[in-house]
Order: sequence, then structure tokens, then C-alpha cells
Amino acid sequence: MPAPVISARNLRKTYKEFVAVDELSFEVTAGESFGLLGPNGAGKSTTMRMLGAVSERTSGDLQILGLDPNDHGPEIRSRLGVVPQADNLDSELRVRENLLVYGRYFGIPRAVVARRADELLEFAQLADRAKARVDELSGGMKRRLTIARALVNEPRILLLDEPTTGLDPQARHVLWDRLFRLKEQGTTLVLTTHYMDEAEQLCDRLVVVDKGVILAEGSPASLIREYSSREVLELRFGSDRNADAVTALAGIGDRIETLPDRVLIFAADGESALEEVSRRGIESITSLVRRSSLEDVFLRLTGRTLVE
Amino acid sequence: MTVTGTSEVDYRAEALEAGARVRRFGSWYAAEHRLRSMRAFGLTLVLLAFANPLLYLLSLGLGLASLISSDVNGVSYLTFVAPALLASAALTGAAEESTYPVLTGFKFNAVFFSMAASPLAPKQIANAVFVGTAARVVPTVVVYYGILVLFQAVPSPFSALTILSASLVGMVAAALVTWYTATVTEDKGQMAVIMRFIIMPMFLFSGTFFPLAQLPLYLQWIGWISPLWHASELGRVLSYGMAEPAWLTATHVAVLVVLLVIGWVGARRVFHRRLTA
Ligand SMILES: Nc1ncnc2c1ncn2[C@@H]1O[C@H](COP(=O)(O)OP(=O)(O)O)[C@@H](O)[C@H]1O
Ligand SMILES: [Mg+2]
Repeated sequence: MPAPVISARNLRKTYKEFVAVDELSFEVTAGESFGLLGPNGAGKSTTMRMLGAVSERTSGDLQILGLDPNDHGPEIRSRLGVVPQADNLDSELRVRENLLVYGRYFGIPRAVVARRADELLEFAQLADRAKARVDELSGGMKRRLTIARALVNEPRILLLDEPTTGLDPQARHVLWDRLFRLKEQGTTLVLTTHYMDEAEQLCDRLVVVDKGVILAEGSPASLIREYSSREVLELRFGSDRNADAVTALAGIGDRIETLPDRVLIFAADGESALEEVSRRGIESITSLVRRSSLEDVFLRLTGRTLVE
Repeated sequence: MTVTGTSEVDYRAEALEAGARVRRFGSWYAAEHRLRSMRAFGLTLVLLAFANPLLYLLSLGLGLASLISSDVNGVSYLTFVAPALLASAALTGAAEESTYPVLTGFKFNAVFFSMAASPLAPKQIANAVFVGTAARVVPTVVVYYGILVLFQAVPSPFSALTILSASLVGMVAAALVTWYTATVTEDKGQMAVIMRFIIMPMFLFSGTFFPLAQLPLYLQWIGWISPLWHASELGRVLSYGMAEPAWLTATHVAVLVVLLVIGWVGARRVFHRRLTA
């Protein structure tokens, strides 16, 4: 097995007394697509800034590309691509100029940057917007430009902090498609998200984080296998009847979770759980059998939903 | 080279090589960004560079100077004010360049944060701001000096040395104002306050239009702590050989250099603190 391109041991970051990231340990292998899945405030962005050799860790060990960011920040950053949570494109410059200028921060010769800028605009499906003002771009286009900018140095690792948050479904799919291509080309991806579908689509392996700590680690499928059942039966009774219904449902499936608006029954076979419900004469307003997802894993681990 | 098969050593070596280049030249790479952003305001900056001295010299040179027929300091009034006008143009231009453009980098489009994610070090980003400011201030001073020559406000070719003293005070302002602006996280109009309550009074009370000694004693301290006064006096020594003790001339230079270093070090520290949080 090749040596990890990222290796974090007991990585910790505090702001005054507040612990934003608490003793995270994980490794990322070259070519892998690794995710941090967690709700707002989990410490994902803080972790990403440390991985990006920008924010200095409070304690713990961190090696990126075999180097310690405390000693080799510029060296590490020269081989990373960074897509921050909030786009920070330069609105005083045009679309293509944003790439030209950024490439020069790495000391890449002008002619090379110019060639790559054109290729990347093509890749980001922005070639026809090369001369546009950044402010004229839609949210999805800005995001794609930020990703193009992050690729201008042909990075070994691409760090993406919530790449599709705030985008409409179509824009998200366009973006996923681009990221998938990068993954196929062998770029190591590290991304954060609070969307379980995004994590399932893009991550080979992920850690579930909450309040600065890792709760679980594995591939999306193995996490679901370990922390959830194969299927989930969702029942709605109306909020005032939920509690009564749960008593009547006792014993059906492996486990029952009560949410404010619905009851979840975890079972290997959702259909037969539903049959049992109707056999007991329990009437729900709606019922739905679906495959288990990372959302359920998170619920199991924290008792809360990912997106509140 | 396959990515997954590559050993850590290759990546490491590659990073070490790419980083070394940026460690050496990063300030200049970053400065290119500042120059490109300035280009967007190019025409305005050029117009300002010409209009500002023309307005002052038409008003002071043709208007006020004709009233003040007696010599000041042993030279014509115009010769007397010229070095100070030059210095204050540098000061004002540099201060402007160090307020909103710096705030913008930290706040409005957060360009400094995107730079900090690249191999550039925060200190290099601060350096780039100074290079960018110098690239605006020095040409402004040169143009201004050319107009002073046209108005016959400088007595000898050696007077061109005032370009140095004026540029120096410009960079002092750049360093000090950038230092302050970099600490601003919430824009509550501090930028206007700096221009109106620090730069403007400095302009009025630093012996620009009359010798500092004309002011009552209790106002003269403003001149002494004002980099503009030191730069104007230094400029007068350089322009028309104003008589003053050598220790005083040395003091002018020392004050300016010390303030420049303090501001520069301070600004670099704040850039580092904010960009690595
Ligand atoms: N610069 C900072 N100063 C103080 N607290 C911070 C700072 N950055 C983040 N935090 C806090 O650290 C916690 C984790 O934040 P963040 O890493 O942004 O979480 P996430 O990206 O998972 O939403 C939050 O409670 C946040 O308020
Ligand atoms: Mg975040």
C-alpha cells in the first residue's frame, strides 16, 4: 500500500477555550476520495484549513505529502488545490484573469498559465464566459470557476469545502460530474459536506464528524451496514400521534427512531415491517420504504439529523 | 507516472522544489495581482496624478503666491511650498491606496485569503501590497515633480532628489495605514476617519504652507510627530538647500526610516495573524 498523502494524528484546534477540532486521526491515500461528513459547526472547515497548511494546529501531528505544515507551508500549498467554503474569487478581475493571476502565485510561467487557463475554462464549461465579470456568473458557475482556479497548479490533492452547498439540484449535478472526472483521472479528493447524497456519490471513504470528533469511519456502504439496517420504513402519524404510535410499534424491525415529524423503523426487510404494522392495525398517514442512507447512520450516531 | 503508485517521496520532492521558488519570489508574484487590479482604475489614477498637482499649483502658485510677495525661508513662496506639496501628494495617495484596497483584500472579496491558500506566505502578501502602493506613489510623485518644474517651483536639477524624500513618506504612510487597516474586521467608516482626522490635519499642521515656527508652541508638536513635516523639511533641504543643522536633517531621515520599519513589521505581523487563524 502506498504511503498516505495525508496523515493526521490527534489533530486539534482550539480558539481560546473553545475546542473546534478535537483529536482527529485519519489517513488519506493517493488517488482516494475522502470525505468529512458532519453538520454545521462540526469542525469541517477548521480541519480543511489545517489540511490546507493555512491554519496552524494547536496540537497533534500532521503530515501532508510527507511534510509538516508548520515547517513547509509554502511547499505543501504549492501542490494543493483549495476550494474554500465561500467563493473568494476576485470580483475586480474577469473570469479568465482570475485564473491567470492565481497561477502566477505559484510562479508558473505566464505562457503555461495561459494555456492551462483555457483548458480549465473548457473543463469548467466556462469557455464562453472567459471575459465576463465574476459578478455576472451564477452560483454554480462561480463554484466551477473556483474549482478551475484550484486546478491551475495541477495539484496532487484537491480540498473541497462544501463544494455544492447553496446550489440548485441541476448545478450540483453538473459539479458532481466534474468532480467525478477528476476522481477518474486519479486526483486525490478531500471534501466536506453535510449532504449524505453527496458523500455517497463522491467518497470512497469518509469519517462522520460531530462537535470536533470522529464518530465513525468507513466506506458509505460499510457505514450503512454497520450503523443502520438495510432498509428503513418511514411512517407519518401527525406530530401529536407519534408518541402513541411508537408504543404500538414496539418490537417491529431492529430499532425505532422518533423524529418530530415521522417515525423511522430500521429493518432488513422494510416491506415485511410494513406488513406487520398493518397486521397490528396501526394506521399511518403515509408510509415509505427506502434504502438506508448515511443520514440514518448520522441519526444513529448522534440522535440528530444532518441538516436541521 | 501513475498517481496511486507514486511513493510519498516523489510528492515530497516535488513540493519542496515548487515551494522553494515561491519562497524566493512570492512577493513579486503577489505584486502582479496588485498591479493588475490597479489597472482597472488606471485612467482614474493617471488623471488624479495630473489633476491634483495642476489644481494646487494653479491655486497656490498663481493665486496665493502672488499675495505673498515676501520670501519665505529666503526663497519664493512657491519654492518653499513645492517640496511639501510633493510630500503630501505622496502621503495622501499612499494612504488612499492602503485603506479600501487593503480592506477589500481582507473583507469584500477576501482576495488575501485566496492568496493565503496558495503557496504565498502572509508576509509576502503584505509585501505585495507595499510594492503595489509604491507602483502608484512613485509615478505620481514623478509626474508631480514634472509639473513643479513647469511652474518653476524648483530651483535646480538637484531638486529632483525631493522625489526620494516624498516617495519615502509615501511608503511610511503605506506601512502605517496598511498596518492599521489590516486590523479592521468591521467596516464602520474608519477609513474615512483616517483620511479626514489624521491625514488631513497632518497636511494642515505640518509646516506645509508656512514654517512650523509660525504655529503657537502648543501646536508645534503635531509637526514633530508628523512624518509629513519631517519629509517636507527634508525635501526643502534637498530642493533649495534650506539651512538647518545637520543633526536635524539626520533626525528627519531617522524618523521616516524608523516609522517605515515599524509600520512594515507591524503590518506583516497582522497579515500573518489574520491569514493563519
Ligand atoms: N476563527 C474562529 N474563531 C473562533 N471560533 C471559530 C473560528 N472558526 C471556527 N470557529 C468555531 O469552530 C467551530 C467549528 O467551525 P467550522 O470548522 O467552521 O465548522 P463546519 O465547517 O463543520 O461548519 C464552530 O463552532 C465555529 O464557530
Ligand atoms: Mg464549514
